[in-house]
Amino acid sequence: MNADRENGAPRVVRGTPVDLRALKRGKIFFTSYTPRLRYAWDTGEAISRYLEELKHGRLIARRCHRCQRVMIPPRMFCERCFRPTDEWVYVRDSGKVNTFSLCYVTWDVRRLKQPEIPSVIEIDGASPGMGILHLVKRVKPKEMRVGLEVKAVWKPAAKRVGSITDISHWEPISRRG
Amino acid sequence: MAFRRVAIVGAGMTKFMHRALETPKELAWLAAKAALDSCQTKLDQIGCVVVGSAPDAFDGVHMKGEYLSDGCGAWRKPYLRCYVGGGTGVYAVAQGFFQVASGMFDTALVVCEEKMSACQPHPQAAFITIFDSVTEQPLKPNLLWIFALEQNRYMQVHGITLEEIARVSVKNKRNALGHPAAQLGAELTVEDVLASEVLAWPVHRLMVSPTSDGAAAVVLAAEDVARRITDKPIWIQGVGWCLDTTYWTNRDLFYPEYLEKAAWMAYRMAGIREPRKEIHIAEPYDPFAYKELHHLEGLQLAPKGQAPKLLADGVFDRDGDLPATPSGGLLGVGNPIAAAGTMKICELFWQLRGEAGARQVPGKPERGVAQAWGDLMQVGTVVVVGTKAPQ
Amino acid sequence: MKSQTQKWHGEIPITSQYTAGVAGQIFLAALKERGELLGSRCAPCNQVYVPARQFCERCFAELSERVSVKTSGTLKSFTCCHVDHDGKQLRAPQFWALVQLDGATTLFLHRLLGVTEPAQIKLGSRVELLIKPKTKRAGSILDIEGFRIA
Repeated sequence: MNADRENGAPRVVRGTPVDLRALKRGKIFFTSYTPRLRYAWDTGEAISRYLEELKHGRLIARRCHRCQRVMIPPRMFCERCFRPTDEWVYVRDSGKVNTFSLCYVTWDVRRLKQPEIPSVIEIDGASPGMGILHLVKRVKPKEMRVGLEVKAVWKPAAKRVGSITDISHWEPISRRG
Repeated sequence: MAFRRVAIVGAGMTKFMHRALETPKELAWLAAKAALDSCQTKLDQIGCVVVGSAPDAFDGVHMKGEYLSDGCGAWRKPYLRCYVGGGTGVYAVAQGFFQVASGMFDTALVVCEEKMSACQPHPQAAFITIFDSVTEQPLKPNLLWIFALEQNRYMQVHGITLEEIARVSVKNKRNALGHPAAQLGAELTVEDVLASEVLAWPVHRLMVSPTSDGAAAVVLAAEDVARRITDKPIWIQGVGWCLDTTYWTNRDLFYPEYLEKAAWMAYRMAGIREPRKEIHIAEPYDPFAYKELHHLEGLQLAPKGQAPKLLADGVFDRDGDLPATPSGGLLGVGNPIAAAGTMKICELFWQLRGEAGARQVPGKPERGVAQAWGDLMQVGTVVVVGTKAPQ
Repeated sequence: MKSQTQKWHGEIPITSQYTAGVAGQIFLAALKERGELLGSRCAPCNQVYVPARQFCERCFAELSERVSVKTSGTLKSFTCCHVDHDGKQLRAPQFWALVQLDGATTLFLHRLLGVTEPAQIKLGSRVELLIKPKTKRAGSILDIEGFRIA
């Protein structure tokens, strides 16, 4: 066993943790760089139509005739069949919560008093399991549950610009129990 | 098998730290040098070098692979970087395996490094574009969301409680107390974990691995070279990897099917038919507490939904039937993304050689599996190692 | 109806904060405190790396021997740059020099001062490094003003 230990897992490993106070006091030399990068992403064929329909207060999906899936967000090729999708299908602006979180922090870990409720919402009229990411509001955190039926709350037509945020949020269809 | 046999003959790593004084290439050098020294191998005996590192935005160095090359020992050598998100640290060892197994090289040095502290105000900002730029980013998503959504789905489908999830943090942070590189080893109770701040329900702060700086490395050798270097080579018996779609809102998150596929790919190669009986130690990827359980199920080491119960029964304790994460994992040792996966392979190397000291799993384990995971919850990477040379 | 492709704008809002590192810390401290340029010698490889390094990239040995190199050197290459990194025209061209400092085996990059056009510069010229006065030094590569043709 002694011989093993000579070549074995290290008892001491190297590395020099920096004391953040020393960093702030200027004892540790560092430089900073903020890349000024701005991106312009082309939305492509399927998502451009998706955004246009959002502007009109509608959700649209694509169907693949081989696997018969109705897919949302829409896409011009079916990743399972690896062939072009075939037709546009309007789906409803209601659905069921597949999963959700009550999120109390912003992306840079600042605290929120009221949680945001990001959810995956399975869209009525799309194939089972076809969900999109969005935010649920007008529900008490304690009443939030998987399976909750929700509907889209649209921004007024004049304020819609062709964005996923043209849906302001989703809220429960009925407030029973 | 159409491959040459390949063994791990040396391993090394740095401390995992919240913030390191070392530059990324100095970290890489510390780990690579420690791995080479552990098997008395000189750099000029190394045929090729493989590096694994997560997005350039973390270290803030564009073309990080090229920047890291001299710290990885790649000066004027065949060198390549591989990247499959959080799955990189385990995949990089598979990538090194290909170089040697194919006959191209007799030896390979595999180094994984991450310096997340460079990324201000928080490395999460570098993750934002993982979400679809048009259909998801306008909602101002937080990276925690996807873990919280996946954990909630996993809990709902099987009726798993938060207490059951919290036990993973307790076990792994305790295991890490025996690891000299550990950033967050601690003696905690389930109550402590549940009392910690809720970040994104159901995820509490003590269920999340830290951001870290660190590096880890292994030396791989073909059979004849390996036997000259050491009388205790640890053989790479199987490798597997698989990716699912980035349409993550279109699949059921309660179970990682891509990992099941990756695991069976590695197990078939290793001649394993009954993973639960034939694997003695697991190092599943545990960036979040629930992920260890989720991954043990994907690795076929627990039936679907049953990992929490096996954990409560002590099966995954260091002295249990199937020790899981004896290293202390990402929750305890730390999570410098790519380096964390390779740390798991280092741990199996030390455990299977009986050299893990305070962390040693009893009963002379002969085979272990390491696994990592990442991207948009869609990649599984698996390496099976053991004391017996593959058939 | 043919969809009209749109553009969606975004950014990755990060700032990188780079620590100088183990060797960088030593190099910058010597520059700041003493106006000294420190290199690292690897005797077996016959190399003197400037700025100082923690390890030799050739033999992978840890480098503990520090050497003070002179502020004089030989101009190996230069460029005259007319645009900034966004491609915008600079008001006056900037000159950048690659110099082998006396005693170093590596090349050192910094501004070339006191010149206005390429015709004034000859490769192989002797140059001298100008270091800011101590009160203006902060522990940065910018504690060096640049090179001047000797």
